[in-house]
Amino acid sequence: MICRLNAHAQVKQDSASNKPSSSLYNSPSQDSAKYNPRKLKLDEVDFVSSYYSQNGDHSAVTGGIGTEKVTDFANSIALNFVWTNKHQNKNTLAVGLGFDAHTAASQAYVSKTGASSPNGTRLYPSLDWTVENAKTGNTFGVGTYYSTEYNYQSLGADLHFSEKTDDKNGEFSAKLQGYFDHVTLIYPSEFNPMAIDISSSNYGGGGHNHGNDDNNGSSPRETYSAAFGYTQIINSRLQIAFLADVVGQNGYLSLPFHRVYFTTGKDTIEKLPSSRFKLPLGFRLNYFWGDNIILRSYYRYYLDNWGIRSNTANLEVAYKVSPFFSISPFYRFYNQSAARYFAPYGEHSPTDQYYTSNYEYAKFSSQFFGVGFRIAPPNGVFGWQGLHELEIRYGHYTQTTDLVSDVVSLSLGFK
Amino acid sequence: MTTKAMKVLACLLIVIGCTSCVHLKEYQKSRINDSEMVLSNRKVEKNELNFQSYREAASGANVGKTGGGCGCN
Repeated sequence: MICRLNAHAQVKQDSASNKPSSSLYNSPSQDSAKYNPRKLKLDEVDFVSSYYSQNGDHSAVTGGIGTEKVTDFANSIALNFVWTNKHQNKNTLAVGLGFDAHTAASQAYVSKTGASSPNGTRLYPSLDWTVENAKTGNTFGVGTYYSTEYNYQSLGADLHFSEKTDDKNGEFSAKLQGYFDHVTLIYPSEFNPMAIDISSSNYGGGGHNHGNDDNNGSSPRETYSAAFGYTQIINSRLQIAFLADVVGQNGYLSLPFHRVYFTTGKDTIEKLPSSRFKLPLGFRLNYFWGDNIILRSYYRYYLDNWGIRSNTANLEVAYKVSPFFSISPFYRFYNQSAARYFAPYGEHSPTDQYYTSNYEYAKFSSQFFGVGFRIAPPNGVFGWQGLHELEIRYGHYTQTTDLVSDVVSLSLGFK
Repeated sequence: MTTKAMKVLACLLIVIGCTSCVHLKEYQKSRINDSEMVLSNRKVEKNELNFQSYREAASGANVGKTGGGCGCN
């Protein structure tokens, strides 16, 4: 019973609690919703903030060698508005806005002299509308999102729906997405001397005062994906989800400021195929062990037509110190094979059809581990009724390429 | 953990899970409905998924990236 008071973020529970007859607990706000079922109200506000710090020595900007030092301060806010229509169906409008500010040491070397701006920002608003059938719990919705930074613009849209099984213990979901992006063609300075002449000190991807923006032009990149999921309650302690995405990309899939050095010592810019097909398959399995421990597991197998095969395994053990406070250590293991177009610095032949020294496409494995804390007392965090949930999480990440990073995140949920 | 061991473990868990489904009524779902049992990423993981998708070639099957971004550097 006590656990249900805070069980607000679970998909199946959401649909159950939206029906007054089956809800074990009705908050004052739910009561007023029943009194005036059509009224639009701000139901929840979620705020997530993260600080990310990274170091490494295989930057793609400098051809697979050189600093990968990055810091990123990412912030997002999501406002969820709800109302019911004349059929008592629940409508949710989610309005989101994100803002990132980063520094990337390698970005300075878009200019051969290291004089480009190492700073950048990204802004990404989003909008999603979902309607849930009051009788069946099935949902249908549409969403759109936009992301803009100095050298990259992305416009996306999706269509999503879910349908529960007759016994409400299973649910099928599908999401069709399309991204329509534009990559600004910012080349390394040695391939674009005009740019350096015009904006000598601030030419580069992501910063300010970049000068001759109009001369750069852009290339399109399109991504289409279909994401399918099926969740099933196995018993009162165990539930599982199967996940499968089918993703197709076409257009300009390289980045123009990534250098590649050939065996001859000459450099050029990265060249990758203009299409890519990805197939990630995964599952989640969560188990409630005893009265205090929840095992959250995830596995994914990934393959694409660039020759990459990958495994991801994640295990998180959430220990409920009390019904309202939990500690969750986690561990994630990841490995991948190299793309057939990857070679380290100075190892590509000039006769290669495609080439990159971006270590994202190298063979490596990584480990990510850390701990999270979640507080969600019924009378609000720190006694503040409006703040119903607080989560803090820290993680340390290492790659066999010697890239290391740390990330700390804060999530606040307001009702 | 080797790749082969992970695949065997994955298959084992799926087989165990799918052969023992029972029908639960709403009042029997108190543990299943616990907020820690949610079958998706935590909200606080949002930005972690973003940086992983930039540093690693694999993505998807994880309700991950929802916007653009070149992930340069």
